[in-house]
Amino acid sequence: MLVFILKRLVNAVFVMMAVAFLAFAIFQVAGDPVEMLANEQMSQVDRDALRDRMGLNDPMPVQFMRFVGNAMQGDFGMSYRNNQDVIGLIAERFPATMELVLVATLISLVVGIPLGILTAIGRGRWYAEGLQFLSIIGVSLPSFVVGIMLILVFSVILGWSPSFGRGEVVDFGWWSTGLLTPSGRAALVLPAISLSLYQITLIMRLVRAEMLEVLRTDFIKFARARGIPRHRIWFRHALRNCLMPVVTMTAMNVGALIAFALITETVFQWPGMGMLFIQAVTFLDFPVMAAYLVIISFIFVVLNTMVDISYAIIDPRLRSAR
Amino acid sequence: MNVLEVRDLRVEFPTHRGVLTALDNVSLSIRPGEILGVVGESGAGKSMTGLAVQGLLEPPGRIASGSVTLNGRRIDTLSDREMTRIRGREIGAIFQDPLTSLNPLFTVGAQLVETIRQHLPMSASAARARAVELLAEVGIPAPSERVDHYPHQFSGGMRQRVVIALALAARPSLIIADEPTTALDVSIQAQITALLRRLCAEHGSAVMLVTHDMGVIAETADRVAVMYAGRLIEIGEVAQVTRDPQHPYTQGLMGSIPALGARVPRLEQIDGSMPRLNAIPPGCAFNPRCPQAGPRCRRERPELFTAGAEKAACWLLEGGTA
Repeated sequence: MLVFILKRLVNAVFVMMAVAFLAFAIFQVAGDPVEMLANEQMSQVDRDALRDRMGLNDPMPVQFMRFVGNAMQGDFGMSYRNNQDVIGLIAERFPATMELVLVATLISLVVGIPLGILTAIGRGRWYAEGLQFLSIIGVSLPSFVVGIMLILVFSVILGWSPSFGRGEVVDFGWWSTGLLTPSGRAALVLPAISLSLYQITLIMRLVRAEMLEVLRTDFIKFARARGIPRHRIWFRHALRNCLMPVVTMTAMNVGALIAFALITETVFQWPGMGMLFIQAVTFLDFPVMAAYLVIISFIFVVLNTMVDISYAIIDPRLRSAR
Repeated sequence: MNVLEVRDLRVEFPTHRGVLTALDNVSLSIRPGEILGVVGESGAGKSMTGLAVQGLLEPPGRIASGSVTLNGRRIDTLSDREMTRIRGREIGAIFQDPLTSLNPLFTVGAQLVETIRQHLPMSASAARARAVELLAEVGIPAPSERVDHYPHQFSGGMRQRVVIALALAARPSLIIADEPTTALDVSIQAQITALLRRLCAEHGSAVMLVTHDMGVIAETADRVAVMYAGRLIEIGEVAQVTRDPQHPYTQGLMGSIPALGARVPRLEQIDGSMPRLNAIPPGCAFNPRCPQAGPRCRRERPELFTAGAEKAACWLLEGGTA
């Protein structure tokens, strides 16, 4: 088990190095940073001094190692736009995105798994086929359309919830949470639903397909022949055998959700990392973009590594495998 | 009183192209402690008979007529919920492939305890003690350690022993063993059949041993039922049927078994193949392949005629000529 975890960690480090190189490459292709920082009046001597101070005259590998070293300490340089620490900007926005994504993931699991089981065991019945049909609509509606519809119905027409922003937040150190105030929770509902809708349908369809597969296996038939009641077969024997792909997909999708939350964040004016990134793109703020890339990838890699390790916990056969 | 009494059982599968008759007019009975071998080619209906008795026919398959009586109680008319209480409790099952019969995600102990507690009022610790006893009984070394192992940590033969322990968990009066040795090594096969024989003798359980292997029947069973195209064509004591088969099909079957030491230049074979379920000929289902078939065999279906101590469905036995 220890060897297994170590191997996964080594893998993760290699992937992160590759990503860091890509982020580093952004600066190389994006033109001369000195030109962006320098103002018109700067003399050539001042420019050369600045270039030297920034270490841009050093050989490429040295620059890269410095970039990696700084990034590991959370130093991604200064934003070109407002001269703030990049990591500070991201830390400020990160909790908003994380809360949105985690709540959306929770909703998609809590709703998606039971719906998947229901549509699998009720195959051919009207409610199961109806849900299947609805899920096609869920998969094909783009999230910004869902977001705008939700705002239209629940904010504009019914006036039940705010249409933008995060509401009041409470700070815990650097983490700000909207979960503890009524207005924060109210503001979270619509964006979370709009972000989770696609995930719900995805998880439901995945669980359904897996359940149908597992219910055909010999060990399920043998469990029936042993006189195990049906609900126990579904929820204990079959469901647990379906969980592996669900765990994989959920974890991968947390990464994807963080990345794609930027659409929902834009629709709901949610002050998260996605909004920050969109702004960075408009202003060609490369340090912010590079930091965003590295951090998002880091989250992906951490999640993937956790998925690999959780496989071994769910499935005993993988524990001894290297 | 017979443990199992099957009368005129008919199983049908409604399909788009009409109703297929998978079992037709099957009658057999098993006494306490008796092992009845059910033999036939693939698709002859031997497994189907076992499934019908357990109430495990896959929809749309259904029992169209006839009756199944277990210990004097008619069970073919029971609901699935009532059958759940009989499966495992009164009818134990052994499946063909021990590699796929056990749920890979639970220890063998967990699966044994689950089965035991499903059927018998026992505390968790008592059930666990019983699980260890059962493992010892089926000949698994170091049972108190092995009880906490997962199925993948056992070899094929050991897994089949676990499956047998599961079948015996609630001391059922009838065990339906569907090809219990087919997936095993030849050397393991003998051990498993010997184990089955010993356990049934000790507990007085009746066994329905479904197999295509005449050798297994000869070694293990007391009586044998020969099936062909969903019909029972011969039934009697094993010694008698092997020595003096009455039905031409059984005669062909016996002629195709090589005898040790005998110098036979070429084994006999039965020409042709068993008809598909949608193309069973009128009269005796075997008539197109039968070397002794007469005009009557092509018109009328023979019932089981008594021939000495056994019974066979062949017109030759009624008047001597077909």
